[in-house]
Amino acid sequence: MIITNIPLVPGKKIVEHYGLVSGSTVRAKHIGRDIMASLKNIVGGELKGYTQLLNEARNEAIKRMVLQAEKLGANAVINVRFSTSSITQGAAELYAYGTAVKVE
Amino acid sequence: MDLYILLTLVILGFSSGTIAEKIHYNSIKKRETELINIPAVTSGDFIDEEKEIENVYFLDGACVVALDYFKMFFAEIKKFFGGRIQSYETLLDRGKREAILRLKQKAREKDVDIIVNLRIETSTIGQSAGKKKGFGCVEVFTYATGIKYKK
Repeated sequence: MIITNIPLVPGKKIVEHYGLVSGSTVRAKHIGRDIMASLKNIVGGELKGYTQLLNEARNEAIKRMVLQAEKLGANAVINVRFSTSSITQGAAELYAYGTAVKVE
Repeated sequence: MDLYILLTLVILGFSSGTIAEKIHYNSIKKRETELINIPAVTSGDFIDEEKEIENVYFLDGACVVALDYFKMFFAEIKKFFGGRIQSYETLLDRGKREAILRLKQKAREKDVDIIVNLRIETSTIGQSAGKKKGFGCVEVFTYATGIKYKK
């Protein structure tokens, strides 16, 4: 599966469009990580636990999007966009969306 | 009692936060010079049409950064007067550069020739979201398309 965030697949011709595909996931971190993060917050800097958590979540969202594209018979997803929104305290929704296409 | 706790946190934040920032900036500068030969553009049409393309990759890089208590304290004071809040500026600068470096690192591993359509997104996460009193924690996420030409 080819994923790009530009409206084409470089070097390949798009033969068919399948429309919008998307994947989303809502994640919360467990309390241990929460406590560690607030401790790390004293000194500042990078919060590795959160970075890891969000990376996992985003990969999950991409995976779901790709799965949806595969079901449609596509072999590439173009123009992929992301959005993150906090819905409640300590939980975030990660959303990935793009256009499923078939390239030759 | 509360004042003592606050003071300790401010001092602790100041000492370790400043050192950590210095170390981080040094590391950022070092890695930036290492990865400077991979061009990254924000436009999507910098692709050399004459060259044959071997592979296209999706690249991303993320970083969650937080303010230390000292900087948060000063930012609160600064908010009273308004104007530039430098502590937030350096925080976001660090986060963004780190995220871009992570993306470039992935590009290096995949032997990418050019990174096109680089996008940077910032979002507030964690406890600060939706609350009035900020926790000072932001996520920087970058994503792009990496192109590898046929040699």
